[in-house]
Amino acid sequence: MKNKEKRLMRGSEAIGEAAVRAGCACYFGYPITPQNELTEYMARRMMETGRVFLQSESEIAAINMSLGAASTGVRVMTSSSSPGISLKQEGISFIAAMELPCVIVNIVRGGPGLGNIAPAQSDYFQATRGGGHGDYRTIVLAPGSVQELYDLTRKSFELADEYRTPVLLLADGMLGQMMEPVVFNDKEILPEQLPDKPWTVKGAKDRPSRFIRSLLLDVDVEEEQNWRLYRKYQRIERREIRHEEYYMKGAELAIVAYGTAARIAKAAVKRCVEKNMRVGLIRPISLWPFPYEHIYKTAETVKHFMSFEMSTGQMIEDVQLGVKGRAEVLMYGRPGGVVPTPAELFRVISRAYNKIAREK
Amino acid sequence: MKDAVTHYCQGCGHSVIHRLTAEVIEELGIADRAVGVPPAGCAVLAYFYFDVDMIEAPHGRACAVATGIKRANPESIVFSYQGDGDLAAIGTAEAVHSANRSENITVIFVNNAVYGMTGGQMAPTTLLGQRTTTSPAAAGREVHREGYPIKVSELLASLEGSTYIERCAVNSVRAIRRTKKAIREAFLTQMNGEGFSMVEILSPCPTNWKMSPVKSWKWIDEVMTPYFPLGVIKDSRKGSKKDAG
Repeated sequence: MKNKEKRLMRGSEAIGEAAVRAGCACYFGYPITPQNELTEYMARRMMETGRVFLQSESEIAAINMSLGAASTGVRVMTSSSSPGISLKQEGISFIAAMELPCVIVNIVRGGPGLGNIAPAQSDYFQATRGGGHGDYRTIVLAPGSVQELYDLTRKSFELADEYRTPVLLLADGMLGQMMEPVVFNDKEILPEQLPDKPWTVKGAKDRPSRFIRSLLLDVDVEEEQNWRLYRKYQRIERREIRHEEYYMKGAELAIVAYGTAARIAKAAVKRCVEKNMRVGLIRPISLWPFPYEHIYKTAETVKHFMSFEMSTGQMIEDVQLGVKGRAEVLMYGRPGGVVPTPAELFRVISRAYNKIAREK
Repeated sequence: MKDAVTHYCQGCGHSVIHRLTAEVIEELGIADRAVGVPPAGCAVLAYFYFDVDMIEAPHGRACAVATGIKRANPESIVFSYQGDGDLAAIGTAEAVHSANRSENITVIFVNNAVYGMTGGQMAPTTLLGQRTTTSPAAAGREVHREGYPIKVSELLASLEGSTYIERCAVNSVRAIRRTKKAIREAFLTQMNGEGFSMVEILSPCPTNWKMSPVKSWKWIDEVMTPYFPLGVIKDSRKGSKKDAG
């Protein structure tokens, strides 16, 4: 495959191909809809490339196989959907504590409970607040197109290695099923081309033996480890915030939306702009770290925000934390797997915008 | 082994089993390829004693972690070291499926019929009539309430994928010698790429059994081995004539 090749791809395939081209050596997964296309793609491609694909007996086993494989230094990915990601949380907590790099894909579905298999954004809290037990964070990236699914999968592996931390890629069934052109604007890496990592457990050959653990019975040691992780998370917060702006210049109402919701919002915002309404969009691409600072600065001039989510409202808490009371924060959400149309959102935004204009 | 004093109680079988495992690893010349996966349980600190690479696993997940290590780096010799709660209760699925896939790993399974580290609660291998802090009735564990003790070795031996499974004990010099031989066979199974191997070791826990070490050795002979018979449970290695599975 040549560089800069353009291919029409399904979202789930874009994630899989990006992983293969990023040098992912091991994939572990368990069937769950709506992410089976990714697992199946990995089964085929990992076999073709002579790498490790293993269908595990559960999501719990898959995340722990990932933990084991990550401890040898290879690039590892696992994927699942909401209920399965809940099952992985203990493992993710261990991976964060042991400072192992691992990429975890969540093709979010409607919840809680078994919910349904429709696109949703109701795992935002779980994703951005650590998800499992203990004082930790995971980097969370939220692609909004098939190209971004590709680019951010690659980025996820790089961030996981750089910070030795689990990285969560948050998408949904709509992004996974969507077909769009993808440009491979990166260089393919083979697993054996990746540099050796100095902390792996592969056998103590010509060096003293090592161990990787998370049990720190001494509270002082555990406290220091927590502060160490905290400092790492601060470093990530300083360096890894990603967001996009759309028609924000001169906007009086800022819609904040990510992933699939941001695609809908873009169409609705465009229509608003065409109707001479001063509406723009802020699209967080990294959900953790969240672009608080950017939102705070924006709230200096923009006095009205609207969080638009495919949930009853989870990211709105981060928008409020960003705004810090400087502006009003509205909410529009559709939970349960409902995907609102741009026309519906346009009506909602118009109503809010006209009310704001009247009250001015 | 590292030069360290273990935290194990007097009369506990873990230190003996640690030593036997470490001796076998050294004698087979695989110390520089060995990666151990200690459990959540009394042996969680095994990485302070074994002088080989080790990585802790979440409770019950040692077989999955070992699978990941072995698949990612097939040159390594991977062993999990698990207790009865870890392997036969919370980690049953991982153990069954690792054996079924004939995962080329070695499991050191320490069966002391009780949850040791958490203070002597009923384990899946707790014997009928055995009193624990969570089977406190005068009659101890009873079938109608707590079901039967699980015979893990026989269970895993019934799977096509398991290759070598032996049950031993560490309550006498003879038993300890036998255990070392079994651990050696298990590691050889892995080194020859022949698939899943496990050694179940009946091990005393005088503290939680509330017995003297000497009495706990006797209890293994008198109470444990009649239910958990010793010997090779399965050996389907090439050239082996001992396939009992």
